[in-house]
Amino acid sequence: MAVEITVKGEVMTALLSGEIDHHSAAGMREKIDSAIDSNMPSLLVLDFGGVSFMDSSGIGLVMGRYRTLQKLGANLHITGASPQIEKVMKLAGMNRLATIN
Amino acid sequence: MKIVNKFNMSLYARSANEGFARSCISAFASQLDPTLEELNDIKTAVSEAVTNCIVHAYKEKLGKIYITAEIIEGGILRIKIRDTGCGIENIELALTPLYTTVGGERAGLGFAVMQSFMDSIKVSSKVGKGTTVTMKKKISPRITVNG
Repeated sequence: MAVEITVKGEVMTALLSGEIDHHSAAGMREKIDSAIDSNMPSLLVLDFGGVSFMDSSGIGLVMGRYRTLQKLGANLHITGASPQIEKVMKLAGMNRLATIN
Repeated sequence: MKIVNKFNMSLYARSANEGFARSCISAFASQLDPTLEELNDIKTAVSEAVTNCIVHAYKEKLGKIYITAEIIEGGILRIKIRDTGCGIENIELALTPLYTTVGGERAGLGFAVMQSFMDSIKVSSKVGKGTTVTMKKKISPRITVNG
């Protein structure tokens, strides 16, 4: 499990890797939240490019960040999701909350 | 229904074992030559069931999770995930998507994922005794094209 943060202007990208489950989600959440606090981005890109597996704990992770960003008036963009991740996200209706590609 | 192959395992309800449990079932299910999508469906459903045991059944206590996986004649995978934790008072309510009894960032989608990714799911539970989730998925034989 790893989170790599890069910031370009007002866009913050969190590149996630490893497996996202209840075990790993808490650590990822802390890293992303602390980076949001220090960078106050207007757009957060959650890049799932390095994620090999995700269960519904990943939905909680995305939903929680979505709520935080809403309070800041910022947007969420999801990218790099594998077909398995996309299937879990669609089941949760994530495609209605954030742009996924 | 003839059982062709079977394995049992028990493990502590520690979150570090979530990945281990889904990898074991995935390795066992591979005997049925599932597609990558079918295998991912199974892994995701198992991950949800095991997480439920850790998050809901045992809460603060360290209990055990008992897993049985069977291959049944006709290419059916049957998985039973049992705990001896607190049990579910209202199963119907627990199966409702987005319903969760814990705060934090649990999405309340565990059973919805199991229902959607497996062919069938049965939940039996007794308050104070524990819960058993039985899931089935038929793995369709693949046609091999030579040449």
